Amino acid sequence: MTTPAIETHGLRKSYGDKTVLDGIDLSVGAGTVTALLGPNGAGKTTTVHILSTLVRPDGGTALVNGCDVVRDPGGVRAVIGLTGQFSAVDGLLTGEENLLLMARLRHLGAKRSKARVTELLEQFDLVEAARKPLATYSGGMRRRLDLAMTLVATPSVIFLDEPTTGLDPRSRHTMWDIVRSLVAEGTTVLLTTQQLEEADELADRIAVLDGGRIVADGTPDELKRLVPGGHLRLRFADAATLDGASRLLDESARDDAGLALTVPSDGGVGTLRAVLDRLDAAKLEVDDLSIHTPDLDDVFFALTGKKDQNGKKDQPDRVDMKGTEP
Amino acid sequence: MTTLSPERPAAQRTPALGASRQSHVVADSITMLSRNLLHMVRYPGLSMFTILGPVVILLLTVFVFGGTLGAGLPGVDPAGGREAYLAYVMPGILLITIAGSAGGTATTVSMDMTEGITARFRTMAISRASVLAGHVLGNTIQAMIAVALVLGVGLLIGFRPTATPIEWIAAVGMIALIAFAVTWIAVGMGMQSKSVETASNLPLILMLLPLLGSGFVPTDSLPAGLAWFAQYQPFTPFIEAIRGLLLGTPLGWNPVLAIGWAVVIAVAGYSWSMLIYERKSVR
Ligand SMILES: Nc1ncnc2c1ncn2[C@@H]1O[C@H](COP(=O)(O)OP(=O)(O)OP(=O)(O)O)[C@@H](O)[C@H]1O
Ligand SMILES: [Mg+2]
Repeated sequence: MTTPAIETHGLRKSYGDKTVLDGIDLSVGAGTVTALLGPNGAGKTTTVHILSTLVRPDGGTALVNGCDVVRDPGGVRAVIGLTGQFSAVDGLLTGEENLLLMARLRHLGAKRSKARVTELLEQFDLVEAARKPLATYSGGMRRRLDLAMTLVATPSVIFLDEPTTGLDPRSRHTMWDIVRSLVAEGTTVLLTTQQLEEADELADRIAVLDGGRIVADGTPDELKRLVPGGHLRLRFADAATLDGASRLLDESARDDAGLALTVPSDGGVGTLRAVLDRLDAAKLEVDDLSIHTPDLDDVFFALTGKKDQNGKKDQPDRVDMKGTEP
Repeated sequence: MTTLSPERPAAQRTPALGASRQSHVVADSITMLSRNLLHMVRYPGLSMFTILGPVVILLLTVFVFGGTLGAGLPGVDPAGGREAYLAYVMPGILLITIAGSAGGTATTVSMDMTEGITARFRTMAISRASVLAGHVLGNTIQAMIAVALVLGVGLLIGFRPTATPIEWIAAVGMIALIAFAVTWIAVGMGMQSKSVETASNLPLILMLLPLLGSGFVPTDSLPAGLAWFAQYQPFTPFIEAIRGLLLGTPLGWNPVLAIGWAVVIAVAGYSWSMLIYERKSVR
């Protein structure tokens, strides 16, 4: 168990009579990546803004590296870096000048500033555009510059609010590589995303946020095991074997045309072994087998899509998977 | 893009903490100031634009209305009306210049807010005083340059101040103080505004104040209510102090009133800006 780099308890925030955050409990271990996954308006940006001292919470506590965001914002600011959902760059300067500005504000000293800026320009593929005004940058280039600006002083906790929104697939993968190498160096990352694939790729833990509440929290695999939809697909050589298997596994659904059976499964090895053992015992040979685990899309819809027609939410209770691991 | 270099000295991971934060205020203010000056050098258009208004008003009032208005000034020979009016109106025009450059200040501050760079500064360990000081000092310098340019136009068309070197220094100091104070208010306006458009229009109110003071006509020629307002609003002592220093008209209490007003306005603008800097919600 690592000590948490980010910890919140009962974090609340409302704008007017609209409750945006309704008691967020979050714990992010040092050196790990947590993804905040949620639909539009779930409160992801608000959470990140509170943790990065931009917005004061109405209630609850939030600690970053042990510093309270309300009582000691200076302590928090000294260790964090934020790349917001919308790029936060100085549009009247060039890319290089933006980076140098950050380096000066982080007091790196003239020589180290220059070295660090050169290094970042190379890492983020901005060397050619370095001396050009930002007006000539594409959205993806601005986004990369934005992240480079965050990394000038190598903060130990980084918030990335939808870091890959608007990036092409190639830039998206490079962004992922960057996040991975940050983590390899021991940086703690909290990122928000609407893309399940991204959370799956990067995160050690995923917290699903909906309507200002965390409705699920766990590793990507734990989340996937939560939802129904996982199954085994067994294909047989002939109709006779299919008949036999179908009679044996009464919870299965048969597909005559495909000579296949679909058996519900939680995706665990136990179910798989049980099914195969029963078929073995009956001397029924399986031609082909595939395992379908629900992907995060299924999780997403199962957890956040439970809205009835009146728009009133049927809030699922928080699903906590701690301890579900054997 | 290549991946990040894995080796990174451990000491580098712990940025400056505690006491050293205080000592960075001056260094950060200088950084922020140079950023503002760089904007000005890179995009001189905005600064040029702010002097256009005052110059047009100057030429209009002097060459179109100046003959008649000047002849109506107390104790002026009707034949020399235009020249007398140029001398009379110049201090007011200089204040319009300061008020006009406040529009530029509010615009740039508001652009910083909407572009999110201010939010980025807020998440960094930079004191808010440094961020604001950068704006205020940068824009005060910009206002002073604008005033110098407009004054240059005035001199070209025949404005002849009678000030001694000491009086010149005092006049420049007074103008700088007023510009500093007005800029603080403009920073507050820029931060308060929800959009850049609002921010660029709000300070227009400031441009009206010299007109509703002793800038263009003596206050006792105004209707009673307006005359009362003109007498007690800050721009009248500002104008009278500069007029007295540049042209030798009686100063009276005006310099004291002007300094007092400038301090009050600067403190008010400072407090307002500091307050909303932290409170202002982000996108
Ligand atoms: N300053 C504000 N004033 C009023 N309402 C706000 C403010 N900021 C956010 N909200 C509301 O809070 C809710 C959550 O917003 P937030 O930006 O945190 O969502 P999000 O999860 O980041 O969504 P997205 O995926 O669209 O970025 C939204 O309904 C939004 O309208
Ligand atoms: Mg958001």
